[in-house]
Amino acid sequence: MRDIAIISFAQTHHARAIEQENEVEMLQPVVVDAIAKAGITKDRIDFVCSGSADYLAGMAFSFVLTLDAVGPWPPISESHVDMDAAWAVYEAWVKMQMGKADIALIYGYGKSSPGNIRRALTRQLDPYTLQPLWADPVSLAAIQARSALDTGTVTTEAMAEVAARSWRSAQDNPYAQLKGDLAAADVLATEPFVDPLRRHDCAPITDGAAAVVLAAGDVARELCERPAWIRGIDHRIEPHMLGVRDLTTSASTAIAAAKAGVGDGPIDVAELHAPFSHQELILAAALGLGDDTAINPSGGALCANPVMTAGLVRMGEVAQRVIDGTADRGVAHATSGACLQQNLVCVLEGE
Amino acid sequence: MSDIVLPDRLRDVAEPVRRIRTPARLDYVFMAGKATSRFLNAVAEKRLVGQRCPVCRKVYVPPRGVCPTDGVPTEEEIELPHVGTVTSFCVVNVQFYGQVMELPYVSALILLDGTDIPLMHLIQEVPADQVHMGMRVEAVWVPDEELGPTLESIKYFRPNGEPDADYETYKDNV
Repeated sequence: MRDIAIISFAQTHHARAIEQENEVEMLQPVVVDAIAKAGITKDRIDFVCSGSADYLAGMAFSFVLTLDAVGPWPPISESHVDMDAAWAVYEAWVKMQMGKADIALIYGYGKSSPGNIRRALTRQLDPYTLQPLWADPVSLAAIQARSALDTGTVTTEAMAEVAARSWRSAQDNPYAQLKGDLAAADVLATEPFVDPLRRHDCAPITDGAAAVVLAAGDVARELCERPAWIRGIDHRIEPHMLGVRDLTTSASTAIAAAKAGVGDGPIDVAELHAPFSHQELILAAALGLGDDTAINPSGGALCANPVMTAGLVRMGEVAQRVIDGTADRGVAHATSGACLQQNLVCVLEGE
Repeated sequence: MSDIVLPDRLRDVAEPVRRIRTPARLDYVFMAGKATSRFLNAVAEKRLVGQRCPVCRKVYVPPRGVCPTDGVPTEEEIELPHVGTVTSFCVVNVQFYGQVMELPYVSALILLDGTDIPLMHLIQEVPADQVHMGMRVEAVWVPDEELGPTLESIKYFRPNGEPDADYETYKDNV
């Protein structure tokens, strides 16, 4: 296996609506920033991979338009996933393992503001029985939360504590959309939104973009003083039909964590892509995280959730802490689909 | 449709469901962005503006804010003439749903003078079989009171009587 590392990370100041800029205008400064932080010029990039969704833009092949941000001339080697860009990292990692690239640029972006994200995300469900119901992600997450509460897997108080801690942590994150000095009691004092979820239990609707640069072996060491090495990366998916899954656990995360070697050493920091507070509790259990792990110091998806990007941001946030020396070993997680259907786990480590 | 052959265990099903209807509709508020907004606002004033890349010096219209060759913002705004050259075209002879034009009509790529990417629009006031590459054309605008931030502010382009452009002047855009 080749040693592959994240050597730079950049993101937008995430917001409810970045109305002045189209997708490429929003993305381009982030791409430039990630390339500059890697200390390279774009001609050194061997492979570009991105994550986005046409259902957000309301336009077929919308990712082709945003490729302008990279300036793909002379012709480049490029790919795209209609998924969170964390999976674009996975694709690039595979390509680099095959020896096809030494430096890769990965970016993700999502503008939810032009459309109605709760309606758009129903289109990923089973087309015969669930799409006609317009079963939206908040309602489905509420069903999951109810299951977890009724089985005693989570408590309302623990969910409120996750939400409050995320808001407090986000106060140190200049890129976060929501932040504040919040206590669990403040959350519990609010009315339910989609019962049993309160608004603070749910990720906000966000416009944003992010990018990372990956480099292999000595190229990474040459470009970065302390690369964030990918020591393990794995992703697993559960069935499409919610009825056949146990929504109170995350079997796919547990398998991915074992394959990625999460338990092979102490974890200083974990960035978990949990768009709902109870999901963070389910994920932390599936990953086997203990009290010695700082979870979502960035504030996580509860404080900024750019769709198709928030998973990549988790990888970037962990990588940045390894690069700047504030963490030695961390885990980043990304999710996709309803109720944590698909999960990617990545272990990042300094040398 | 051919008959469905069911496996034995499903033979008791009275009538197989052959199709379902699940109408779906998603609405979007399109965000033009900074560069295209400037272009559209200029069109509402009966002006055409493009943007020049600071690296390769190409002029894009309508601009999308970033040079697709160099990946840098295109911030220098260029006032453009309302005349250009047909680089390619097609004659539409087929009726389709939602069509507003009378058949046959011509849809063309028009390279405005001083730009490096052609704009798509209609060619009128000339028989369809006389439209050709290199033909010089000019914009015909709607009446001033009907101007708005849309390319429909230009009704169509028509021949302006100039001799055909030399192929060399538009060969990169064919």
